[in-house]
Amino acid sequence: MARRSAPEVNAGSMADIAFLLLIFFLVTTTIEVDSGIASKLPPPVDEVDPPPIKKKNIFQVLVNQNNQLLVNVGEEDKAVPTEIDQLTDMAVAFLDNGGGTEPRNACNYCQGEGDPNLSDNPEKAVISLLNDRQASYSMYITVTNELVRAYTILRNREAKRLYNETYESMVKRLEDWPSTDQDTPEYEQLDEKIKEIRELFPRNLSEAEPQNRE
Amino acid sequence: MSKFKKKKSGDLPPVSTASLPDIVFMLLFFFMVATVMRQDELMIKNTLPQANQVEKLADNSKLVYIYIGKPSENYQKMHGTNEVVQLGDKISSVSQVRTFIDTKRNDMPENIQDEMMVSLKVDKDSKVGILTDVKQELRDAMALKINYTASQGDPMKNLNN
Repeated sequence: MARRSAPEVNAGSMADIAFLLLIFFLVTTTIEVDSGIASKLPPPVDEVDPPPIKKKNIFQVLVNQNNQLLVNVGEEDKAVPTEIDQLTDMAVAFLDNGGGTEPRNACNYCQGEGDPNLSDNPEKAVISLLNDRQASYSMYITVTNELVRAYTILRNREAKRLYNETYESMVKRLEDWPSTDQDTPEYEQLDEKIKEIRELFPRNLSEAEPQNRE
Repeated sequence: MSKFKKKKSGDLPPVSTASLPDIVFMLLFFFMVATVMRQDELMIKNTLPQANQVEKLADNSKLVYIYIGKPSENYQKMHGTNEVVQLGDKISSVSQVRTFIDTKRNDMPENIQDEMMVSLKVDKDSKVGILTDVKQELRDAMALKINYTASQGDPMKNLNN
C-alpha cells in the first residue's frame, strides 16, 4: 500500500476569521481621548481674606447666560463687550504690558506698551473668569482655551528669545523623552528650562468664587 | 537525460497567501493592544468640546473620570432631561462626588495618591452651573488637579452649533 501523508488543512479561511476579529475590535473599541486643558483648583476657602490685588493687575472676563463676553481690564472701571476672537490679543497685551515703574515690580522682558493702567508685570497679573451658571460649557472651554493660548504665545516668545526654540516644542520634546533615560542631565536641563519659562509668565488664571450656591 | 528534465509550464505559480493570516493577526494584535476599552458605560450624552491648548493626561492609573451631560434617551424617564453627573457607571448626585473621589483615592497605591488627577468629561452642550458645583465638591475633597478633557481641534467650532 502506498504511504499517504496526512492531508494538508486548508488555511485559506484563516484570513477571513482574523479579519472578522479585526473588524470587531476596530468597531467596538474607542480610542480614549487622552488630552485636555489642565487646571488646578484652589484649596477649600478658609476664613482668611485673600491678599488684596491692585485693580490694574486684574483682567476680568465675564460670561453671561447668553454666552456673551464682557471684559474689564485694569484700572478703568469700564467693562467692554468683546468678541471671542479678540480675547487672546487683549490678554496678551494685558499680561505683557510691564507697567511697573519701581525696580521691584518692573518687568525687564516685557514688550508691551507699559500702560500705567494695566498690569505691572506678568507675575502680578491675574486673569479672573466669572461665568453665569447658565453659560454653556462649550463657551467656557473656548474662553479658557483662548486665555491659556495667550500664556502660550508669550511663553513661546520668551523661549524663542532665550533658547531659540518654542515653548510648545520644548514641552513636546519633554513628553516624548524615552522613559528609560529620564535621569540624564539633558532631560533635567530641559525640565529646568521649561520651569524657568513658566515662571516668566506664570498662569494666574483664577475663577471667581461662585456667588450663590443653591 | 531528458527523463530528468523538469516539466516547465508557462504560467506563473500562484502567489502564496499563507502569510496573509499572519499579517492580519499582527494588525489584530496591534489594535487589541493599542485601543483601550471604555471602562464606564455611558448613560449620558457626552460629546467632548474641542480645544487646541491641550496637554497629555497623566497615566490611566492616576486618573479618575467624572462625566457630566444630559441623560441619554433611555434614561430620561428616570433622570429627567437636565444635566446629571455620572460617577463610575451610574448616574449620581453632585453630593456623592466627594465620597466617590475618596473611594477612588483609597483604591490607588499610596505612592501615587497625591498625583491623582480628575478628568472632567463634560458634554459640550451642558451648562457651566453643574460643573461649578462639581468643582466645589472636588475642592472639598482636596482633589485639586483637574483636567477639562477635550479633543484636539479648533475651539471656535464649539460655538457655531
